[in-house]
Amino acid sequence: MTNLPQTTSNNPYPAGKGRILQHKGMMIGSLIVIFVMLLAILAPLIAPHDPYYQDLLNRLKPPVWDTRGSWDHILGTDHLGRDYLSRLIYGARISLLIGIGAAMISGIIGTFLGVMAGYFGGRVDMVVTFLITVRLSMPVVLVALAVVAIVGGSLQVVIAVLGLLLWDRFAVVMRSSTLQIRSMDYITAARAVGCSTARILMTEIMPNVVNNLIVIATLEIAHAIILEAALSFLGLGVQPPLPSWGLMVSEGKDMMLFEPWLITIPGVALFALVLSINLLGDGMRDVTAPENRN
Amino acid sequence: MFFYAFKRSLLAILVALTVSMISFSLLYISSDPAIAMAGETASDADIEAIRELYGFDRSIVVQYLDWLKKAASGDLGKSYYFRTDVSHLIAERLPTTMTLGLCAIIFAIGLAVPLGVAAAIRPNSIIDRVALFLSVMGQALPSFWFALILIVLFSVNLRWLPVSGSDTWLHFVMPTIVLGYYAAPAIMRLTRTGMLEVLSTDYIRTARAKGLRPPVVLFKHALRNAIIPVVSLAAVQFGFMLGGSIVVETIFALHGAGFLAWESITRNDLPTVQGLILAFSLFYIILTLIADLINAWLDPRIRIS
Repeated sequence: MTNLPQTTSNNPYPAGKGRILQHKGMMIGSLIVIFVMLLAILAPLIAPHDPYYQDLLNRLKPPVWDTRGSWDHILGTDHLGRDYLSRLIYGARISLLIGIGAAMISGIIGTFLGVMAGYFGGRVDMVVTFLITVRLSMPVVLVALAVVAIVGGSLQVVIAVLGLLLWDRFAVVMRSSTLQIRSMDYITAARAVGCSTARILMTEIMPNVVNNLIVIATLEIAHAIILEAALSFLGLGVQPPLPSWGLMVSEGKDMMLFEPWLITIPGVALFALVLSINLLGDGMRDVTAPENRN
Repeated sequence: MFFYAFKRSLLAILVALTVSMISFSLLYISSDPAIAMAGETASDADIEAIRELYGFDRSIVVQYLDWLKKAASGDLGKSYYFRTDVSHLIAERLPTTMTLGLCAIIFAIGLAVPLGVAAAIRPNSIIDRVALFLSVMGQALPSFWFALILIVLFSVNLRWLPVSGSDTWLHFVMPTIVLGYYAAPAIMRLTRTGMLEVLSTDYIRTARAKGLRPPVVLFKHALRNAIIPVVSLAAVQFGFMLGGSIVVETIFALHGAGFLAWESITRNDLPTVQGLILAFSLFYIILTLIADLINAWLDPRIRIS
């Protein structure tokens, strides 16, 4: 995060590469994120067992480091005898799917509103600012829980609800980034040459705000993942038998006093994933726009 | 100042109206509430009776206006499950949530401001790095999981604190930590940035040059100015906290409004859910209104722009 390397060359690429490689947080973060993504994509190949197969004779087997554990179930089994490691690996799919899906929906809504507000200003800006204020005044967890309870919990519903609720930060950041760029000379030039508004927005504004957009998208993926886990933990998110990490903590909660690893393992996985996505996002902000660090 | 206050209050009222519309229509998005209330085995006549009893047979605009008129006078309807007035229910539970929220925000400020100041005095020192490390960790820690870990540690293994309930102050210790730690990183970062900025200004150099003792410069001159944005952030965080208290109160079975929200959501108790969303939103709107007015009063630049 400190001592960015000094370069004398005018070519920005080596400097950027150097900054990425020297940024420890970003390196660690991206390695873990890539690892979890590989786990999620290759889940059917890696997982030692079927995550849904119930083996009621082998319930609550402890992990391998316990004296009672065995290598057959490396992380033990849950209260229905399902292999914990396999459920953990498949759970990565759910977390990433929900995080990325929700961030895509909210990214589209937030970017559209923010860029419109920043570029057109005036009335449009007033309306968008008003919408952001309204959105911020509604308690996210409460509204999300209520909607999921009414509509019914499923992967699609959770993605849609979180996507429709988490666009505020996109809109705020995109609005201020667009405001900064709007008065640049090259925008005036593009307008003078007779470019259409749509063309200016797509070819002049968007490429210049996309760095900020990626940073916010990364941080919002982490936000959505942590919210999904909380919803599923409360029983109003992803429904069983899907192996969501939040749901695994919830299912292990009743036995946490006797078998604490039931909540420790999915909790650590969740913590590590969210932490590394945040590190990656913070790192990307440091690298692409070091002046925004604080 | 008066014009700014008027404009800002008008905005708050508009926001409140929009929120009330959203929270009202939220409950009509899926299906007929009468069918949901009557249950799976109800006959058509039962459903029709419920529809008439609760007024679901009227047009949605009429229902909204009727609800709004009553809500403005403090009547949020009757709870389907508890069979009492929603406003009574909420008023009964709100003090617990408020106490929890206040404890949590005090905890967060007490943790974050000293850390932020210490980090700003020596940027890039060990303290700065530890503070940064803590804030990055804190933002990634899922609160429900953190709560469970605290229960295992302090209630079960050490037997220091009670697991659930809201009878004594001891019951509030763990919920306060769980709710407060999440707000601390943002407050810490803002304190650090603000202090760094203020410490490099001319008047601080002047204060130092005329020989004031470092603590006086730091606390009397620098912190006072750096803390202004922190105050409005803390107000916003406090509002978010009340919304987030639902997870914490549910885990610790703290009998506040958040727990009530969970109880009513799982029981399809629509009027209570509506009332709670409205109450939490209104509280946030009023809180930010007050914070903005205080800021405008402190800083004339805001009220002119």
